[in-house]
Amino acid sequence: MVQMTLNGLRVEVEEGMTILEAARFYGINIPTLCYHEGLSPYGACRLCLVEIGPSGQSKLVSSCTHRVEEGLVVRTHSERVVKRRKMLIELYLATCPQSRVIQDLASKYHVTRVRFTPRYEDCILCGLCVRMCAEQMQGKAIGFAHRGSNRKVATPFDVKSEECRLCGGCMYICPACQSRCQGPQEEEPLCNACLNLDQPCLNYFDDNMCFMDPCVACELGAGREAKAKSRDGRL
Amino acid sequence: MSNKLPDVEEILEGAVKKHGLAVVPLLQEIQEHFRYLPEEVLRKLSQKTGIPLIEIYHAATFYNSLYLTPRAKHQINICTGTTCHIRGSGKLIEEVFQVLGIGPGETTSDGNFTLETVNCLGCCAVAPAMVVDGKYYGNLTPGDVREILNKIMEKAAVEE
Repeated sequence: MVQMTLNGLRVEVEEGMTILEAARFYGINIPTLCYHEGLSPYGACRLCLVEIGPSGQSKLVSSCTHRVEEGLVVRTHSERVVKRRKMLIELYLATCPQSRVIQDLASKYHVTRVRFTPRYEDCILCGLCVRMCAEQMQGKAIGFAHRGSNRKVATPFDVKSEECRLCGGCMYICPACQSRCQGPQEEEPLCNACLNLDQPCLNYFDDNMCFMDPCVACELGAGREAKAKSRDGRL
Repeated sequence: MSNKLPDVEEILEGAVKKHGLAVVPLLQEIQEHFRYLPEEVLRKLSQKTGIPLIEIYHAATFYNSLYLTPRAKHQINICTGTTCHIRGSGKLIEEVFQVLGIGPGETTSDGNFTLETVNCLGCCAVAPAMVVDGKYYGNLTPGDVREILNKIMEKAAVEE
């Protein structure tokens, strides 16, 4: 067992676990896009990033690929992390606004604007289908081809693969293929029909104060804390 | 070099013996024999070694120096890096167009020459530079380019 600090709590976790697994074990929900329990971690979407190390020299790492260590200090919902996460979701929204998974993420994490031109890409290159095909289906029919901005998921030589058994695992797991619900704002790049409340605690504290889902935006409490903070500031 | 077509099985056998299951060296070896990576050969390589075909395809499409389409007999690479550009590599490209009628990325209709530009050949001291079939030429003038190309064409004509 390894001792570590998770959002200020001293916890014991099993050696060899990733930070994401440890956090989920203790009931802290870190959003992910390219992660799946049954597949090897890939660290591509960066949504699961967390802050590690003592404050002042902390760094952001992807929690799905970072293993726990003795004495590790992890903050999963610090102001810095939440800000970056929102930015990432905004970028994903611009890449693939027709995806229900991404729209849901935007609503859940209170992303209310998209400052980039929507691209309506078919693929976000999360690699879930490639790993699904190779690791769960033992198919290895699809994979990445080309590189840089031309990178895409393809079959060998862009023809129907002999290895493919048409199992449909790739479509099942694809977050970009799930089209969004046919709401009134369907044409807009951002739906926000299921918008969660914005967490007010980050305005007053460095970290999230609770992990209620959906957020109840403790308006009364937040106001009180604000008063307390300004009073402390005077003292 | 004989004109006999290389035997696929023999080449694969030798390559696998030499490089094991390292995909990129295998592909480089295959490309040395065929001047590009033919689809059937890659399929055979996958069957022989058990490397998934998609991994081979991934590597083959990832690297700029691996080709999946047939290449010309003679490969001309003209450097367009900063130094070469300043010292007139544009004129060399024009000269190649004058002699062979091909621009960057194009192949002559007889399949003898392919012209490609590269971003740096790493020999800025002898700019402007050009590589023809792996041989480096430096301090070039358009006249030199014409001479080199004519020599290659003459040699090819004699061989035929």
